[in-house]
Amino acid sequence: MSLIIIERSMLSEKYKQIIAVTLIIIFLFYSLYLYLSLPVKEGPVTNMVLKGKSIWQQSNCIACHQVYGLGGYLGPDLTNTYTLRGPAYITAFLQSGTAIMPKFHLKKIEIEALLAYLQNLDASGKADPRTFTINTNGTIEQ
Amino acid sequence: MIVAMILLATGMIWGLTGGLQYVIPGFLKQYLSFEKVRPLHVSSVVFWIILGAMGAVFTYLQQHTGKKIYSQTFLKIQLVIFIFSITGILISYSLGIFGGREYWEYPPVFALPIAIGWILFLINFIKSVGSLKKQPVYVWMWLTGVLFFLFTFLESYLWIFPYFRNNIVNDMTVQWKSYGSMVGSWNMLIYGSSIFLMDKISNTKSYSHSGIAFILYFTGLFNLMFNWGHHIYTLPTHTYIKHISYAVSMTELFILGRIIYQWKSTLSLAKKNFHLIAYRFLAAADVWIFLTLLLAIFMSIPGINVYTHGTHITVAHTMGATIGINSFLLLAIAFDIFSESCYSFESYKKIVNRGYWITNISLFVFWVSLIGAGIIKARWQLSTSQVPFSDMMLQLRPYLILFVIAGTTMTTGFYFVIFPLLKNQLLCYFGKATKERKQQDIIHLPVSE
Repeated sequence: MSLIIIERSMLSEKYKQIIAVTLIIIFLFYSLYLYLSLPVKEGPVTNMVLKGKSIWQQSNCIACHQVYGLGGYLGPDLTNTYTLRGPAYITAFLQSGTAIMPKFHLKKIEIEALLAYLQNLDASGKADPRTFTINTNGTIEQ
Repeated sequence: MIVAMILLATGMIWGLTGGLQYVIPGFLKQYLSFEKVRPLHVSSVVFWIILGAMGAVFTYLQQHTGKKIYSQTFLKIQLVIFIFSITGILISYSLGIFGGREYWEYPPVFALPIAIGWILFLINFIKSVGSLKKQPVYVWMWLTGVLFFLFTFLESYLWIFPYFRNNIVNDMTVQWKSYGSMVGSWNMLIYGSSIFLMDKISNTKSYSHSGIAFILYFTGLFNLMFNWGHHIYTLPTHTYIKHISYAVSMTELFILGRIIYQWKSTLSLAKKNFHLIAYRFLAAADVWIFLTLLLAIFMSIPGINVYTHGTHITVAHTMGATIGINSFLLLAIAFDIFSESCYSFESYKKIVNRGYWITNISLFVFWVSLIGAGIIKARWQLSTSQVPFSDMMLQLRPYLILFVIAGTTMTTGFYFVIFPLLKNQLLCYFGKATKERKQQDIIHLPVSE
């Protein structure tokens, strides 16, 4: 019954416009609110971290690797690899490549910058799903 | 549409190359390693969807209004901008020059012409439509798609500002906010066009003006705006984003419920119209909407998402949506538009039919193999005694081999379908079609009330 009432009222041009405008206003407010209150408020990061992020992007690492489970599927998730494997292990991979990963011919300073970025990424949180708690209402806690 | 289909045809070759790199480690590593092949594939097929959707909207908009679009010049400029930008993007990937953002992996400088081209699309669309008063639902959907694509595309480049870029969690929150809504935007363009096509086939406009059509549209818009958080449940971002997304995503149950409720009538309609090539693809898309939506709803529950996130189940969902829904709907639209513009497809019915079934069966095997691989990776991700990543990849190998075989047959099936479409259009523009016929086809009569 309620669906029929909604359906009839939805035929009205006025209601359509009211719903559309309301949704757009809420969406814009939501977007603006998010931009102004981003989840992490911390001081400026070092130039090495920013340089590392830039190398990460220029080498298109995300095509094969994931960060927080988002990215490619050919290589492992690298969110917490700095803690799990350590800088020496990562450096060896970056210098030699693997059967699948190409050798990127990075300079020493570039490898150091990438390590700084991965360290910064590692400190941002945990991506391992085993560390999550699943609540009975379907939500999760980190 | 022609450029879009060429992109689809080449994009599938890149997809197959990438698939082979999964099962033959180091395949073409020296020349075209995976970090080049993946964006070549992704950008080609994403631009197939975007250009195809634009072509559908422009053609059907003219049929809807019964007159030419506002500016042919804008349209030509827009097309030239897109062709040059896409060519530049694909060349930059081949040379290993990246911007390195997932999906938009090209250097950010290419975003500028794309945004300009899209603004021309927006102006052309708004000027051609005039007023939204008493417009059918598909016009609302087109306008939503055009507006929100521009908004989300610009939003996806906020990362160039240090305020958004400097922290990884902030950056990823905004990045996936934009991507989540962007997909919804091009879906609006394609779904709107398919509603127009359905009206055309059934020779009625009763659905596109109905209350239920608008209820479903607003449900879709609501999800487009607020459900993007399901991509980042595992990111340590604001909790409210996740809760809003979870609640909003569950409204899709209403759409799912309606599909199940309408199943019988959908089936009888399919039997009635199955002789039409365009309708066959609409019918196939209906099945994929059901499967993809079912998977999407499960994945939108955070407690289930913990298991599926970062696994090939996510890829199965994406493939179901982009191939089974978006591509099939665009092919339905292409058959409708092209059959009116030059020659009928009667003589190609056999090859198209063969392609149709090969594509559909292959896609199902492709989809199942990805889910199988995803289940194994999910078990690995949650295992307390985790074997190394490379060992887990070896366990996925049988599924990935099946995935590549299905991908190869699916590409073959798609080629059977695309070949007549491309041949038809090339003959139309460069060959035997008469001048009169071409002129007739510029404007079609509006769909009868």
